[in-house]
Amino acid sequence: MSSLNVTSRTLLKDLRMEWRSKDAINSMLFFSLLVVVIFSFAFNPNAEESRRIAGGLIWVAFLFAAVVALNQTWARELRNQVLDAYRVSPAPPNALFLAKVLGNFLFVIILEALMAPLFVVFYQLRSIGPVWQLVVIALLGTWALVVNGTFFAALSIRTRSREIMLPLILFPISIPALLAMVDATTMVLTGDGTPDFWLKMLLVYDVVFTLVCLLLFETVLNAE
Amino acid sequence: MKNLSIAFVIFTLALLGFSTYQALVVAPTEQTMGDVQRIFYYHVPSAWVAGVCFFVNFLASIVYLWKRNLNADALAAASAEVGVVFCTIVLITGPIWARPVWGIWWTWDARLTTTLVLWLIYVSYLVLRRFASGSQTQVLAAALGIFGFVDVPIVYMTIRWFRTQHPSPVMGGGQNSGLAPEMLHAFLWNLLAFTCVGICLIAARYVLQKMENQVEAAHAQLALRGGAR
Repeated sequence: MSSLNVTSRTLLKDLRMEWRSKDAINSMLFFSLLVVVIFSFAFNPNAEESRRIAGGLIWVAFLFAAVVALNQTWARELRNQVLDAYRVSPAPPNALFLAKVLGNFLFVIILEALMAPLFVVFYQLRSIGPVWQLVVIALLGTWALVVNGTFFAALSIRTRSREIMLPLILFPISIPALLAMVDATTMVLTGDGTPDFWLKMLLVYDVVFTLVCLLLFETVLNAE
Repeated sequence: MKNLSIAFVIFTLALLGFSTYQALVVAPTEQTMGDVQRIFYYHVPSAWVAGVCFFVNFLASIVYLWKRNLNADALAAASAEVGVVFCTIVLITGPIWARPVWGIWWTWDARLTTTLVLWLIYVSYLVLRRFASGSQTQVLAAALGIFGFVDVPIVYMTIRWFRTQHPSPVMGGGQNSGLAPEMLHAFLWNLLAFTCVGICLIAARYVLQKMENQVEAAHAQLALRGGAR
C-alpha cells in the first residue's frame, strides 16, 4: 500500500470510530465549556477587559482540551496489540503519524468552531481587527499544538502514568507557539497592530517541528 | 585513569579557590552596584556551563539515536542533569542580583524568560527519563533531547519579539560597555573554574550512569537465567 493510502485509510478509520463513539469530541467540548465558565467566574470581565484577556483564555482552554483528545490518540491502538501489528507491517510509520495528526487536527478544529460562538456570547467579544486573521491563527496554531502533541502522546504512552506525562513534556516545548497564538489573537481582537510576525513565527514553528516529528517518529514507534 | 581523575578534581578545587579569591577580593567593587555585582562572576559562568551541558545533551542524543551507543545515552543523561543544576543556579543568582539593582526580583525579559523555558524543558526531560521504563528510556529521552534543543532558538526569537513589542519598565543592566581589566581577569578565572567543575560533575555522573546500566544489565541476565526469585 502506498503512503497516501495508509494515511487515508487510517484517518477514515479514526474518523469513523470517533463518529460512532464521539468520545474525544464530547469530552473536549465539555472540558472547554467548563474552562470557559470557570474563567468567566474567576475574572468577571467587561467587554473591554475580555478583549484583552480572551486570547489567553481561548488558547489555554483549547490547549487543555486538546490534551484530552491527544491522550486517547494512541491508547486505542494499544488494545489488541494493534500498534505492534502496525510495527511488523511494511506500512510506512510516517503515514500512520500523519493520519493521526490530521485526525486530531480535525477534532480540535471542530471543537474550536463549536466553542467560538460560546466565547463570543459569554465574553461579549467583538473583534476590532479582521476576523479572517483569527482563522489563520487558529489553523496554524492548532497544527503546532497537534503535531507535537501527537508525537509526544506516542512518546508518553510508553511511560508509566502516561496521562500525566503528556502535558508535562508538551507544554514546555509549546511555549513559543502558545505565546505567538495568544499575542496574535489579542492583537487582532484589540485591533492593536498586525500579527504578521506572529503568523510567520507560527509557520516556522509548524514547519520545523513537523519535520522533526517526521524524522523521529519511526524511531519512537520502534523503541523497545 | 583513576589517578588522573583525582588529580583533575584537586586541580579544579584549587582553581575554584583561586577564582573565588579573584572574584571576592582582587576584583574591584563596582561603582554604582557595589558588592552585589560580584554575583556576576558566578552567574555568567553558570549560564555558560548550563548552555554547554544542553548542547552536549543534544549531540549525545543524536549520537545515541544514530549509533545506539549506551555510553552516548549515559553522557546525555549526565549532561542534562548537570545542566539543570547550573541552570537552577543561574535562575537563583539572577533575582538575588536583580532585586537591589533593578528593584524587582524578576522581569519577563527575553533572556530571563528563555532561561526559564530552557529550565522547564530540561526538567521535563529528566521527568521523562524517570517515568519511562526499561530500554525504551534512552530512545524516548534522546527524541525529547533533540526537540528541546531545536526549541531553544525559537523560544529566544519569540520572546525577544514579544518583549521588544512591549518594552519593560526596567532599563539598564546591560554592562556590555566593557569590563575593567581586573574584573575581566576575575571573570575569566571563574569561567575556567566553573567549566572544570562542570566537567568533573558530568564525568562523575557519567560513570555512575554507566554503573547503573551495568547493574540493570546484570539484573536482566539473572532474570533470563531464572535466577531472580
